[in-house]
Amino acid sequence: MELLFFNAFNGLLQGVFYALMALGLALILSLSSVINMAHGGFLVIGAYLAFTLTPYLGFWGALVVGPLLAAGIGLAVEQTMIRRLYKRADPLYSLLLTFGLALIIQDLARTIWGAQGLPAAVPSALDQPLSTTFFFITGYRVVILAITAAVAIGLYLFLRFSLIGIRIRAGTRDLESVAALGVNIYKLRALNFGMGCFFAGLAGVLASGILGLTPPMGDSLLMPSFVAVIVGGVGSLGGAVLGGLLIGVAAGITTTYYPAASEAVIYFIMLVVLVIRPRGLMGKESIFE
Amino acid sequence: MSDSAAGIIRRYGFLILLWVALATLPWWIGRVGGYSALGSKILVYGLATMGLNILFGFTGGLSFGQAAYFGIGAYGAGMTLKYLAPSTPLAILIGTLAGGLAAAILGPLVMRRRGIYFAMITIAIGQLFYFVAVRWDNVTGGEDGLAGFERQPIHLGHFTVPLDQTRFYFLVLLCFTLAVILMRGLLQSPLGHTWVAIRENRRRMEFLGVRTDLYVWASFAIAGLITGLAGTLNALLFNFTSPQDLHWILSGDFVMMIVLGGMRNFWGPLVGTAIFVVAQDYLSSITNNWMSFIGLIFIVIVLAFPKGLLGMVERRARPA
Amino acid sequence: MGNRLTRREVIKAGIGAGALALGGPAILAYGRGEQPIKIGDIDPLTGNYAAEGESQTRGAKMAVAEWNAKGGVLGRELELVIEDNASNAGISAQKAHKLIDQDKVAMIVGTVSSASALSITQVTHQAGMIFMVSGGHTDPVTGSQCHWSTFRICTTTYMLAAGLAGTLFKKFGGKWYFLTPDYAFGHTLQSSYESILKKLGGTNLGYSLSPLGTSDFSSYLIKAASTHPDVLVNLTDGQDRINSLKQAAQFGLFKKFAIGGGLSELEVLRALPEEARTGWATMEWWWDQPNTPHVKEWVEAYRKAYPDGSYPSARTWFGYAAIHAIALGVARAKSIDAVKVARALEGMELPPQVKLQPHRVYFRAGDHQLMSSEFPGEAIPKGTYPNLFQVSQIIAGDEVALPVSETGCKLDYPA
Repeated sequence: MELLFFNAFNGLLQGVFYALMALGLALILSLSSVINMAHGGFLVIGAYLAFTLTPYLGFWGALVVGPLLAAGIGLAVEQTMIRRLYKRADPLYSLLLTFGLALIIQDLARTIWGAQGLPAAVPSALDQPLSTTFFFITGYRVVILAITAAVAIGLYLFLRFSLIGIRIRAGTRDLESVAALGVNIYKLRALNFGMGCFFAGLAGVLASGILGLTPPMGDSLLMPSFVAVIVGGVGSLGGAVLGGLLIGVAAGITTTYYPAASEAVIYFIMLVVLVIRPRGLMGKESIFE
Repeated sequence: MSDSAAGIIRRYGFLILLWVALATLPWWIGRVGGYSALGSKILVYGLATMGLNILFGFTGGLSFGQAAYFGIGAYGAGMTLKYLAPSTPLAILIGTLAGGLAAAILGPLVMRRRGIYFAMITIAIGQLFYFVAVRWDNVTGGEDGLAGFERQPIHLGHFTVPLDQTRFYFLVLLCFTLAVILMRGLLQSPLGHTWVAIRENRRRMEFLGVRTDLYVWASFAIAGLITGLAGTLNALLFNFTSPQDLHWILSGDFVMMIVLGGMRNFWGPLVGTAIFVVAQDYLSSITNNWMSFIGLIFIVIVLAFPKGLLGMVERRARPA
Repeated sequence: MGNRLTRREVIKAGIGAGALALGGPAILAYGRGEQPIKIGDIDPLTGNYAAEGESQTRGAKMAVAEWNAKGGVLGRELELVIEDNASNAGISAQKAHKLIDQDKVAMIVGTVSSASALSITQVTHQAGMIFMVSGGHTDPVTGSQCHWSTFRICTTTYMLAAGLAGTLFKKFGGKWYFLTPDYAFGHTLQSSYESILKKLGGTNLGYSLSPLGTSDFSSYLIKAASTHPDVLVNLTDGQDRINSLKQAAQFGLFKKFAIGGGLSELEVLRALPEEARTGWATMEWWWDQPNTPHVKEWVEAYRKAYPDGSYPSARTWFGYAAIHAIALGVARAKSIDAVKVARALEGMELPPQVKLQPHRVYFRAGDHQLMSSEFPGEAIPKGTYPNLFQVSQIIAGDEVALPVSETGCKLDYPA
């Protein structure tokens, strides 16, 4: 019983990563209908840039600047490549383009920083367990939880109360009308894409403290993030967070009884959701059903 | 519908050139810097992508989990040879039927969904099969893959045909030809036209009283059958298969090959596959950064040639 | 900043040098009018095992350069044809076909992953070509799936276990819990450890199977800790090992019980932070052997050839030994005919400049497994690269290997 609780709680911590990634994905998907297969690549960009900057900016400085640089690169990508795809109705193209982009990013990371795994530096004050019974709750993991919560709440407030945020929310409902009302939707989508990449970069920096850095490190988080978006409901940001936490906990619980299936259970949940209620937990009913 | 004389020559010229090239491949491939296993792989993957395209390009079903049936075919063939009987035709038969059966059984789950939901559900199914292949390791060999089987010579009455590289290539070509005839027939039949109509406007077809679900199911099952056949041939080509033959990344590669060649065109997938396989083979031998080049190809195709190469060549919009 | 630029330039230089090294012998050979002996090398240069793959190809290139400086084998230069398998078993088989049919190589070396080793051996067996496995560990390669044409440099999982189990038992106690990666390498390594544990009279507390590529080991570590073991026997390798050890350190588990066992590699230690760099494990070769002749010179030669600050690892030695073994086999057989070379390799001993370790290092005739030594020892937490490991003893390979009769290998020479 104790073990089950431990694993569920631990799954929650893992789910936080999925939630962070899913949030960025959902943001990009809802407004621009872009399926960003390069999300894992922006995770890698954030992680590696933060690693390179840590000797100069320290851990906390790199934690802020790394994701911002990832967002900047995301912005550049959106302006040069993704923007040309908006006129096309089929989201297939953005999927394939970002798929290609992901390959390039991983290869560049390997070329620039080498294939050898790199150890990421976490302040030693954080790198300790906080209690002897719950030894898997380290200071660092609590920080991850806190930062993600802060960022999620920050995003919520931004979308609720700021002008740009309101426009983004309106755009996810009906982009055409928003444009007709005189809003520059090009800038809106660009900013939105950058924000999504910021989340991916942040997830990367945080993940590197636990996993270290390798060029393929984004791969294992990408698909579960998509699953989180689907389970939570396409078009719902809160759903993305909820979906991420849910599948994290589910994977954690499964590990107690049948560890080998812990990744498969994520896909199984998605399968069940798609068969029974495709709109997910918090999504809106759409014509795709 | 009227073809100019030049159009007819262009049309059939391509086909004639194609079949002649395929029939004589073992003899010219060495001269252009290839090897017959590469030719076999192009045909095998081309078969897989043409099968997928029945669902993808012609019915409009965005399947990103087709590798599942490819892998099922591969494991079916391998396990037949390893555990059941040393017979190549039996292996091909069982693998192909396994792929088709799996798709047919899972069709009802998939047939009602569209767009991104269709895509994700196919991915989920694919990854679940991947999990089974990895976990059931006493039977499938797990992560290390299924080894310990080899394609056996075929016994035809009095004489035996050993399946060395060249002869195996012709076996693949034979299966490919039969499958192409089947697919062509299907796509030009009323069934095929219904699929295209569903792709164009599914809602309208439903208003007309057509049970679109069942047609999508049929398309899904047939795509699974053909891709399963391709999978069996792949296992026999390399005498090996592994869970990577089931992974969604391979599914993504299949989709890319289709888009590269042109997904509205019957031969598009084969052209795209040839380019992709050759590029990957050639580039990975000359540079460590071949992954960047492949990624660049993806991006260029999407931005500049979204209709694929054959799509650019074809001036007129023809259904099948 | 400076570090990153230098490394990038060096990588470019390395690629250039590598290309030159590949093209050079061929140019020389054609100049002399002799056809070079082509050796194919299939290794992962991209993907999950790229770091290990790069080490192996570096060792191979060093060996080729050494032979060509002496005038080659049988008067012919050696030419290395390197192919990237992207850590993918299917591509490995495809590249094997390419090397055989297109490049017309005489033999093949390489691989890091077990799946790739198995897929290539299928191809080479059908083609009747020698395959010298550098670094694919799964036991069947020289066991149930052995072939007359396949040889292996790196040790079997039984040898890995037998080299360390006794030490772990004596030092820490007999209650063991296993963290096992869920594939053949992990399974066989675990059963090897388990059988030895049983013989020693210890207690098997159970095991957790982690899927390959697991990034979060928390749940397995939680389960392991709940059994209160003397030793958590960590059998993971590569990135899995890095993650599991890091997380164990973060959870303070190193203070609760010993964590060790399994295979360690220089590439892994290099990627670990200090607090995770403890515990006993086995290396298959180590660069710092003050009492073994020729090792120091070889390390210096490596550092001269690759001046990027790195030191040779066991993987580098695998690649190096693989090429030397093949060249020596060809020289001994006085032919490149595969069957003759295979017979010549059986029982062949590696000379001191190649084996770079004490004890007799030779290919066992019954299963074609190289009897190379095991280097059990302890990681050095406060060490700086490359002094990250302290070897406690070097154990001869044939003392810890399973007898041929128990490996399940039956060599299938053609009639």
